[in-house]
Amino acid sequence: MSASARPVAPAASVTSGGRSMRVELTVNGAPVVAEVEPRTLLVHFLREVLGLTGTHIGCDTSNCGACTVHLDGKPVKSCTVLAVQVSGRQVRTVEGLEIGGKLSPVQEAFVEAHGLQCGFCTPGMMMTATELLSRNPNPSEPEVRDAIRGNLCRCTGYVNIVKAIQLAGAKIRSAAPSSGGKA
Amino acid sequence: MSADVPRVKGGLGQSILRKEDQRFIRGKGNYVDDIKLPGMLYLDIARSPYAHAKITAIHTENTLKVPGVLAVVTGKDLEAAGLAWMPTLMSDKQMVLPTDTVMYQAQEVAAVVADSRYAAADGVAALEVDYDPLPVVVDPFKALEPGAPVIRTDRKEKSNHIWHWETGDRAGTDAAFDGAEVQVAQDLYIPRIHVSSMETCGCIAHMDSVNGRFTIYMTTQAPHAIRTVIALVTGLPEQNIRVVSPDIGGGFGGKVPVYPGYVLAAVASIKTGHPVKWIEDRSENLQADSFARDYHIHAELAASNDGKVAALRVKTLADHGYTDAAANPSKFPAGLFHIITGSYPFAKAFVEVDAAYTNKPPGGIAYRCSFRVTEAVYTIERMMDILAHRLKVDPAELRLKNFIPPEAFPFTSALGWTYDSGNYAGALRKAMEIIDYAGLRREQKEKRGRGELMGIGISSFTEIVGAGPSSTFDILGIKMFDSAEVRIHPTGKVIARFGTKSQGQGHETTYAQILAEELGIPADDIRVEEGDTDTAPYGLGTYASRSTPTAGAAASMAARKIRDKARRIAAHLLEVNPDDVEWKDYAFRVKGVPAKSKTMQEVAFAAYTNHPPGMEAGLEAVDYYDPPNMTYPFGSYICVVDIDPETGQVKVRRFVAVDDCGTIINPMIVDGQIHGGLTMGLAPALYEEIQYDESGNIHGGTFMDYLVPTAIETPHWETAKTVTPSPHHPIGAKGVGESATVGAPPAVVNAIVDALQPYGVEHIDIPVHPWKIWQILHTRTPTF
Repeated sequence: MSASARPVAPAASVTSGGRSMRVELTVNGAPVVAEVEPRTLLVHFLREVLGLTGTHIGCDTSNCGACTVHLDGKPVKSCTVLAVQVSGRQVRTVEGLEIGGKLSPVQEAFVEAHGLQCGFCTPGMMMTATELLSRNPNPSEPEVRDAIRGNLCRCTGYVNIVKAIQLAGAKIRSAAPSSGGKA
Repeated sequence: MSADVPRVKGGLGQSILRKEDQRFIRGKGNYVDDIKLPGMLYLDIARSPYAHAKITAIHTENTLKVPGVLAVVTGKDLEAAGLAWMPTLMSDKQMVLPTDTVMYQAQEVAAVVADSRYAAADGVAALEVDYDPLPVVVDPFKALEPGAPVIRTDRKEKSNHIWHWETGDRAGTDAAFDGAEVQVAQDLYIPRIHVSSMETCGCIAHMDSVNGRFTIYMTTQAPHAIRTVIALVTGLPEQNIRVVSPDIGGGFGGKVPVYPGYVLAAVASIKTGHPVKWIEDRSENLQADSFARDYHIHAELAASNDGKVAALRVKTLADHGYTDAAANPSKFPAGLFHIITGSYPFAKAFVEVDAAYTNKPPGGIAYRCSFRVTEAVYTIERMMDILAHRLKVDPAELRLKNFIPPEAFPFTSALGWTYDSGNYAGALRKAMEIIDYAGLRREQKEKRGRGELMGIGISSFTEIVGAGPSSTFDILGIKMFDSAEVRIHPTGKVIARFGTKSQGQGHETTYAQILAEELGIPADDIRVEEGDTDTAPYGLGTYASRSTPTAGAAASMAARKIRDKARRIAAHLLEVNPDDVEWKDYAFRVKGVPAKSKTMQEVAFAAYTNHPPGMEAGLEAVDYYDPPNMTYPFGSYICVVDIDPETGQVKVRRFVAVDDCGTIINPMIVDGQIHGGLTMGLAPALYEEIQYDESGNIHGGTFMDYLVPTAIETPHWETAKTVTPSPHHPIGAKGVGESATVGAPPAVVNAIVDALQPYGVEHIDIPVHPWKIWQILHTRTPTF
């Protein structure tokens, strides 16, 4: 083993002492200020700097969707966004789905319809579903399948994910029958 | 069970919601990459661009200048410590890092350790390696030709042939073929595929030199076996080794092997004294981790003119890459491929497999399949359709004519397996009824009249799972039992620990259900833990659908041991003779006076506060369950496809899966397992394949090229069940995780070939991509 003489410092961030930039954003409703190297991916920023490990990494080509979060209410793959790009914006992760300690309709429905197995794709899947239902609380099966086509699941075969999202839609509709419902 | 007694909450057969979901839906799962230890370093791996090359130099200077990089590990460093090679699970060996030659593209060449994830990657990018390319062998047939470049020059045998394995009656089978009225033969290639669990592999290794403890948090399906392997390979005392398998994001067989990255993280931790994390990228996972399948099969089937099967003869060439790193029981280098006589009473059968080295990654592991069962089922179920077409009989009729009848169980197959129970015709008839098979055939006839391409495919599979009986099954000499340790606390609540490890199957829920049924304690009051070798009893882990047949059985047996003691405590409390007390309707009751009773909770409290004189306090038991036989789940699947004549695109219009996994613990979870399994059966049938060009360059090494089905490709699966309990399992359960992956591919291909009957097609190799069909449609003249 060839080793340099540098002392080992515990890793405080994803990078090692390069040029840094300041980011100020809102994550799950709370203000966050941090210094990050410009190349830091949002997913690494969330997971490793903020400790929000519910957002997962399943690929390196933006195909799998395990890292899906909301950026100003729209689902994005956080592996394909730089942390510095989201300065001044609102990020919502799976940890922000619960409201006032109560599970969201999507979270409840994923449990009730057995819409998850290993749980790895689940946070991204639920973020995509939440945004779909905020636009369309009564999606057809093809509409649900189309919405989640950027989120891979290897365990469930999607049948129960589709059911869960439709069940969540029903919950949202019954909670807010007049407005059409917001997730 | 008395009809008027309420069932225990969360007992057998109830679709209770999963306990584990509460953390997953909140983003509070605990996967390996979520764990962060103080002072943790990061390891990244430099990989070879060549499939076969001499390494002439590794230049580390620029890497060591990268800010944050602390060390580079090469094969020469490992060689000095005797760790350049490690054993595989199949009596072969594989490189941790090469000392002089790389043998497949993306092979590990060096490891970089840094104080951050990005710095480690920068260090890899800065590493310069000089290579001298060598001739590449990618085709296993060419690998065995005289004069082929020898890949494993480290071996005594200067050839690419690894082993020959055969089973069955060669002479008797040959004789049966000589006298047969009908013979069909077919070459079938089952290509290389990859499990692609959504979580890739990784670990955090920590050698605490002060306390002499080595801890590794690891994406492993078999933590206990890993602990013993570490002890045997390194000489570390086993009590000082702790393997923790936290939440696992899917395994499917891909997390059984030991990959070089794990060993490198361990070496780096020993060298630096810090915890070291290694998490592979998806591309590394696809390109370098163990693959599945890669079987070149030649199958022949002999039958009588009236369609009764007589004999089966199969010759196979297995491509193992540069090392045999499959994960099969020691006795069976080709796994359980000899379940290949399937659901039919062949009088004679003979199977032989030869294995070859090529310049590809190692493996031959499962892909949600019990040791090569998928290859076997695909072969026999395709051959049955080929025979049906030859005899011009309906494939359903041919199967119904041949099935092993229910009264023939236990049935011993021509290749020596004793099937525990089955009702194959029952499952097929149910599937035919649900899908309206007769109606579909009428529709198909009309459509053929109009030149439309519609196909119906059947697969009536028999699985073999639950490895396994210690007389036959071991991994590296360790018998394939599994275990449960159950402890009832004074307040009647339970903690239970197991030697298996869930990767999404829902063990925390289903094991609790078995215990609830056996102990009369609600499933909500039972906590299930797995995956920490410091606390869980020894077991061989979760793969090959073995958890319910082995550890699930151990749960029952441990609970029954507890009941034995509890009955004596109950008798003490009831002030009667123990022989006058029986366990009935979830309570200990005085025989003939059922109202005089004690619950398990009451007994548990007494076990710590008021146990009989002379009896030990406490209420707990451990069981190491050695199954008397394998279990044999089965089912019948029917797939309906429509093919677009313009594009060759296959659309799965309907897919009905009737499964029989014996006693059902949780119907909701069983259905979920079937849905997922079907999707992993559809995937290789239509989409997934890892290919190599002549230079050994991988095609399909990222999710851009390797098509894991999305919700768009995946049809709406329809499921149903029959229930034929296993006679030898304590609760009659058989295991279900892999049935659908095993059973689905031939149903899909049989449907496609059925649709193309007017074109005289007998077989198309998987994956059936549209171009393969398009070529048939444009080169052959149909006879509609």
